[in-house]
Amino acid sequence: MNITQILFWFLSVVAIFSALMVITSKNPVYSVLWLIATFFAISGHYILLNAQFLAIVNIIVYAGAIMVLFLFVIMLMNLNKETEPQKNRWLKMAGAVAGGCLLLVLVAALKDTDIKQQQALVNEGNIGLIKNLGKELFTKYVVPFEISSILFLSAMVGAVVIGKKE
Amino acid sequence: MTLLVIDLWLILEKTLLIAGIIGLSFFIAMYTTLAERKVAAWLQDRRGPNRAGPFGIFQPLADGGKLFFKEEIIPLAANKFLFILGPALAMITALITSTVIPWATPFITKGGNVIPMQVADVDMGILLAFSIVSVGVYGIMIGGWASNNKFSLMAAIRGASQMVSYELPMGLALIAVLFMTGSLKMSEIVANQVQHGWHVIYQPLGFIIFFVCALAECNRTPFDLPEAENELNFGYHQEYSSMKLGFYLFAEYINMFISSAIMVTIYFGGYDIPFVNEASWGLSSFWMTVISFSVIMMKISFMLFVFLWIRWTIPRFRYDQLMNLGWKKLIPLALLNMVITAAVILWLNK
Repeated sequence: MNITQILFWFLSVVAIFSALMVITSKNPVYSVLWLIATFFAISGHYILLNAQFLAIVNIIVYAGAIMVLFLFVIMLMNLNKETEPQKNRWLKMAGAVAGGCLLLVLVAALKDTDIKQQQALVNEGNIGLIKNLGKELFTKYVVPFEISSILFLSAMVGAVVIGKKE
Repeated sequence: MTLLVIDLWLILEKTLLIAGIIGLSFFIAMYTTLAERKVAAWLQDRRGPNRAGPFGIFQPLADGGKLFFKEEIIPLAANKFLFILGPALAMITALITSTVIPWATPFITKGGNVIPMQVADVDMGILLAFSIVSVGVYGIMIGGWASNNKFSLMAAIRGASQMVSYELPMGLALIAVLFMTGSLKMSEIVANQVQHGWHVIYQPLGFIIFFVCALAECNRTPFDLPEAENELNFGYHQEYSSMKLGFYLFAEYINMFISSAIMVTIYFGGYDIPFVNEASWGLSSFWMTVISFSVIMMKISFMLFVFLWIRWTIPRFRYDQLMNLGWKKLIPLALLNMVITAAVILWLNK
């Protein structure tokens, strides 16, 4: 076992454990904090794959901005154990069945893909570095990139329209 | 079979460097607290603290000792774990930010090993520092919420929205610099300035925007709304006492030190000595390292002085003014600066 493998197993355990804690914590603030821990573990995985830009942007955008907004809402509404609505038992069972179906579909879809044969490039490959990534994005993939930026723009305009007072 | 392949010398070298930088951060932060009071006294025509040791130089030690020995109170209704996590996070994020700063020219040993005076010269460079700064919000938010006090919560939310808002113009101002360097690596940002002159000459507007945002990120006057005592008692650390309060206050000074270091590195040439070509002096690499380190420390000290100077000169903004300045003035200005820089670079490279 070299150090990359040790890091991989460590990060995987942290990611899965904190993802489980997100859904089992009773207190919503704890859930958000565990979700942040999950993002950090996933960023660690990106770094193992040498996708440095993705790792950093994952932290800046998700852990640094979106989760702050989540915390805002939860803290200001003062959600806690007592105010959490209790769903009835049938609803919970229906949720479990629906989630199980999704899992089944995902496993079935990914079972026969050729991704199993492909070895992940660990700690090599330079496409994750910012210079190469930028060149790819703005030459080969420029149309999808621009389309997704239009999507972001429309979301921004929508947020401003909703947030504006009459 | 070896279980682990680790370069022990590298670990030793980096451990020493990290310990040195953390020690330096604490030392500078300690003496910035004294400098703050001395500068305040000077600007207000007083003497300032002068009892502990000659000119009061032992005052920070006395303050720290006092904080350590104070009674520690954790409010009964507070969330105990998060209450302790808050100041710890504030301190940790403040200390990690310094990883990417190059402190001096690389030191070359007699054996020919090059030891860079930088913990990690990663490809992401300055973005790494940004990501840690953006995570630093949690120290304030968690502390404010865990105190279970309305004023603390309001102050924490104010502080967090202020920091999130001012990260945007800061990043936009930085993009203009990155156009010029073509790299995010701190070492290359400095190398570019050694070659072509300091970025502050080419990017005066960008520097002003960056500096204003740095003031806001460190919660310094005129943006110290999270601790506005006349509206919010004492802000997000109202319920804190003893060294936990000390950690919050201390983390602010460390943030000031590190953000000064980042600004010096990005805009003022880092460890570069202006107007001379120090590489032609033919000094040994040890002396070059020492000289370049003292140069960067002098620049950082001046930036810290500007921070203190502003604090005792300018009154605090109102909250709506703060948000207007951030979103309606700084972001358009930063965008304009970015577009102009891009156009000029395109025109020059035509």
